[in-house]
Amino acid sequence: MTLLRLENLTASYGDSQALFGVDLQMAQGEVTALMGRNGMGKTTTVKAICRMIRSQGSLMLDGQDLHALPSHKVARKGVGLVPEGRRCFADLTVRENLIAAARPGDWTLRRVTELFPRLGERKGQRAASLSGGEQQMLAIGRALMTNPRLLILDEATEGLAPIVRQEIWAALNRLRQETNVAILLIDKSLKELAAVSDQAVILEKGRTVWSGAMTDLTPDISEKYVGV
Amino acid sequence: MRLNETYLNALVIAGLLALPLWAVMADQPFTITLVTRAVILALAAVGLNLILGIGGMVSFGHAVFFGIGGYAMGILAYHAQTYSALDLGLFATDGTKSMPVIWLVAMILSALVAFFIGLLSLRTSGVYFIMITLAFGQMFFYFAISWAQYGGEDGLSIYVRNGFPGLNTLVPIQFYAVCLTLLCIVLFLFARLQASPFGLALNAARQTSVRVETVGLNPMRLKLLAFVISGAITGLAGALFADLNRFVSPSMFSWQLSGELIVLIIIGGVGRLMGPVIGACVFVALEHFLGELTDFWHVYLGVALLCIVLFARGGLIGLLTGKEGAHV
Repeated sequence: MTLLRLENLTASYGDSQALFGVDLQMAQGEVTALMGRNGMGKTTTVKAICRMIRSQGSLMLDGQDLHALPSHKVARKGVGLVPEGRRCFADLTVRENLIAAARPGDWTLRRVTELFPRLGERKGQRAASLSGGEQQMLAIGRALMTNPRLLILDEATEGLAPIVRQEIWAALNRLRQETNVAILLIDKSLKELAAVSDQAVILEKGRTVWSGAMTDLTPDISEKYVGV
Repeated sequence: MRLNETYLNALVIAGLLALPLWAVMADQPFTITLVTRAVILALAAVGLNLILGIGGMVSFGHAVFFGIGGYAMGILAYHAQTYSALDLGLFATDGTKSMPVIWLVAMILSALVAFFIGLLSLRTSGVYFIMITLAFGQMFFYFAISWAQYGGEDGLSIYVRNGFPGLNTLVPIQFYAVCLTLLCIVLFLFARLQASPFGLALNAARQTSVRVETVGLNPMRLKLLAFVISGAITGLAGALFADLNRFVSPSMFSWQLSGELIVLIIIGGVGRLMGPVIGACVFVALEHFLGELTDFWHVYLGVALLCIVLFARGGLIGLLTGKEGAHV
């Protein structure tokens, strides 16, 4: 069953149009890679889904039009966002960051710290004092504490050390295997994306130019639209 | 040497218990009145600290709620003492001299007004929020000045202190016990609220409103609820302040008082549990002891404030514990 459906989605920053027609469909439990070169509209698409910017076209979550909802209600409908640049609540501790976001459901403090043991070890530490990788884990944990049906990760491994990237990809693999959460991934690492994703959607100049199963994504296509 | 904040907090409470007891033994009733004044101002500032320290909202009109609490007490007590009816349109009442009833009325009225002020002012932030709250403060101030029925500019005197079951509130130490108990209850609630999911979410909303929305929280609603609770606490303090002085006047609504409440918090430590309490004690002590030496004691207070803002961003608590406070 389709969880998220975007059809001919357009969006602008003031007078400057950024999305010209994005199409995307995701089913519950499916992992989708949203790909494209820099500036092609990936983050803008995420912002439109989360209602952080105005958009037009069809934007449906589980049959409900998200255009009618403010940002916080979209999150309550089950859209969890791990934003680009982490953006943890710097003055709060790890535990407080997680509790502040908590909503009833399967994801609890204990389960998040099981997924990311490092967070468990630093529960009382202020988010500002964590390393970049730990902040990223915290941002993912915080999004999971909202018990989302759709988890969106915008450049979750950007600028992190290889060993930390591995930990995060391993956690995402566990999420894929052990839960029914749909995941929308934006990342520059094609190899890891290919390993974890069921399907891919490629954007160019604010439009969907290719979508299909990850196994159908040939080197020619990725070279043409993504540059790798 | 750095002090543990928990020990420091306990020390402050111990001081607030010991000093009036010493004053009773040394027959220094005026000292009790001074400490009572500090405790009541601390209570008002704890209310403000909820939105300023945790929520990052710099309200420059919090005296509105202090004044509403004061006038709630003044009007109810005035009608009770003069045996005149207080006509409220739908019904009339004889007023009351019962402190608990007065506190309840003061808190409900302050909360209601805070709800409407918050609904309008929280649509803005930063300097616009400061200006809107200041404007509301001035509106209430000038309304009180022209409210001739209750003393207008001259204010309203109450001749007998209101009563509390089982206590003689005219005895300074007994009235002080009432005020200190209320302060301790509010401090306990503040601590619980600060650590609760609501308090954490409010803190998060201070840091970044947009990110709070992406985890399903409505920052406007969080801030409004905090504003209402804050208004109710400050209203309660206003009712006690009016009872302490047995007098209410438009100065309870003044912007100077709003500014003083902010100063108390900055002196003690923004967002710290005991910040307003330490700030109020220091403020009242400076006001009294420096005030005896010079009429220009505010200059010294200004210098102290300048030093704290420049060199001790966590206030006196931050200075003593070595930890900075909330970044407002």
